[in-house]
Amino acid sequence: MSDAILRVSGLHKAFGAVRATEDVSLDLRPGEIHAIIGPNGAGKSTLIAQICGTLRPDAGQVLLTGRDVTGLGAPQRAALGLGRTFQVSQLAMEDSAFENVLLGAVGASGRPWRVWGAAARDAGLVARAEAALARVGLSDVAAMRTSALSHGQRRLLEVAVALTLDPRAFVMDEPMAGLGAEGSARLTAFLAELKREAPILLVEHDMDAVFALADRISVLVYGRVIATGTVAEIRASAAVRDAYLGHDA
Amino acid sequence: MIEERWIGWAMLAGLVALPLWAMAAGEPFTITLVTRAVILALAAAGLNIALGIGGLVSLGHAVFFGIGGYAMGILAHHAQSYTAMNLIGLEVPGTKLMPVIWLVAVTVSAVVAWVIGKLTLRTSGVYFIMATLAFGQMFYYFAISWSAYGGEDGLPIYVRNSFPGLNTLVPIQFFALCLALLCAALFITARLRAAPFGLALNAARQSPERARAVGLDPARLRLAAFVLSGAITGLAGALFADLNRFVSPTMFSWQLSGELIVLVIIGGVGRLYGPVVGACLFVALEHWLGGLTDYWHVALGAILLGIVLFARGGLIGLLTGKEGAHV
Repeated sequence: MSDAILRVSGLHKAFGAVRATEDVSLDLRPGEIHAIIGPNGAGKSTLIAQICGTLRPDAGQVLLTGRDVTGLGAPQRAALGLGRTFQVSQLAMEDSAFENVLLGAVGASGRPWRVWGAAARDAGLVARAEAALARVGLSDVAAMRTSALSHGQRRLLEVAVALTLDPRAFVMDEPMAGLGAEGSARLTAFLAELKREAPILLVEHDMDAVFALADRISVLVYGRVIATGTVAEIRASAAVRDAYLGHDA
Repeated sequence: MIEERWIGWAMLAGLVALPLWAMAAGEPFTITLVTRAVILALAAAGLNIALGIGGLVSLGHAVFFGIGGYAMGILAHHAQSYTAMNLIGLEVPGTKLMPVIWLVAVTVSAVVAWVIGKLTLRTSGVYFIMATLAFGQMFYYFAISWSAYGGEDGLPIYVRNSFPGLNTLVPIQFFALCLALLCAALFITARLRAAPFGLALNAARQSPERARAVGLDPARLRLAAFVLSGAITGLAGALFADLNRFVSPTMFSWQLSGELIVLVIIGGVGRLYGPVVGACLFVALEHWLGGLTDYWHVALGAILLGIVLFARGGLIGLLTGKEGAHV
């Protein structure tokens, strides 16, 4: 357990009387996909926001590769190796697909203050950006304006931008959202490979994808983790069935 | 459709040809008009870095324009009256040397932009607009009551400041100086925009969350852009004061801040040559229509309205057929 890449312990967050996160502890170990599932309003997005540094918890700790990052903001956590994708695509829509991955490469380089010399002519940045685009199969649309890409392509571009960071851990918030069956299957296959490079904390509604991908699953209900276990354990858990999966699952 | 850089080259060619023609034809006032357009373009080019690339709608850029103006006015005032300034017990003489004046204008503008940026960039949207406006009004009313330097009446400078090797009293020479500075500012903007900093700043405008997620801090990027932006507008202020040989609190007025925004929008927000197109059209309208009627602002308003409603890319967007600010 001590070798967890990402660890969350005793996290609390309340908005007024609403306890959005209540004593949540979980960890992400090398090589695994740890899925977080839960009904709408279970506090998944709030939890992700605290892990990624956009929301400060009331109590508890977030550790990234053993280092306490609870007090750090999102940019610092990204620099320390946390690569995330968003539930709703967050991309520079006016820029080309290539410029979006190039941005990731600039972030990864830690040198955004260079005001001279075109980023698009920097061999190191370009190589990193192109490699990330190629991995998700978007090389053909590199020059296209992001707003002109299909929804599915944008979801892949989100993943590509995260790849440019060479992160130690991925946090993916519903990467399958809005993808068709084919796109979903392709991304599922891709993530199954990707986890060998860096483990993935996966929030996902697509249960087929979760059951196909996850090494472990945590079930979040009303801000609490009611169960953590393997796919088989979660499927078998009566509490989870009652709370979430429904009796026909 | 025309490529944006050709529009830029055509604009610059026109800005060289027109004053040369005016000089040959013996019409020095035309040179003054074009100089005015070039200086306003420089001021708007400064704003374009904050507004166009950074997405910061600053309604307080007159602060920097005014600081540049007063930097020139105060230094030249002491030089022409052979008195020394008292800077916290330190006796400093004035100067009529443009390079020194520019350095002071740029430095003070940058420092003030840093302070204003630090305080206002916590806010966004309409609150940022109001916060920058508030700073503009503070400087405006301070200048009005600053009796040591003319207060409401402003500060006349009798002879234009000098530049080593040039005779700045000759209109075409002063014009060339202003044009060179405008070209330098546009060159810097172009390089900056393509550089990692520009890419990051531009992305932070479109999606701050995205920038943060790749380890970039939008607040710091914006502050740097705001400082550079203020410094360039400050330089334009010093030139503007030198053109008129007069400094007054109106350089700090919120109307001037608004006009700079209008120039940028007319040309095309975030377009490299947008401020040049906007400033030339503005000065042309001001001169030709202003000569016909006092109500020339109505025409300007109509153009602005047309652009905001139907051509978000500004005049350059219309000509290039591209809405977005892409090179």
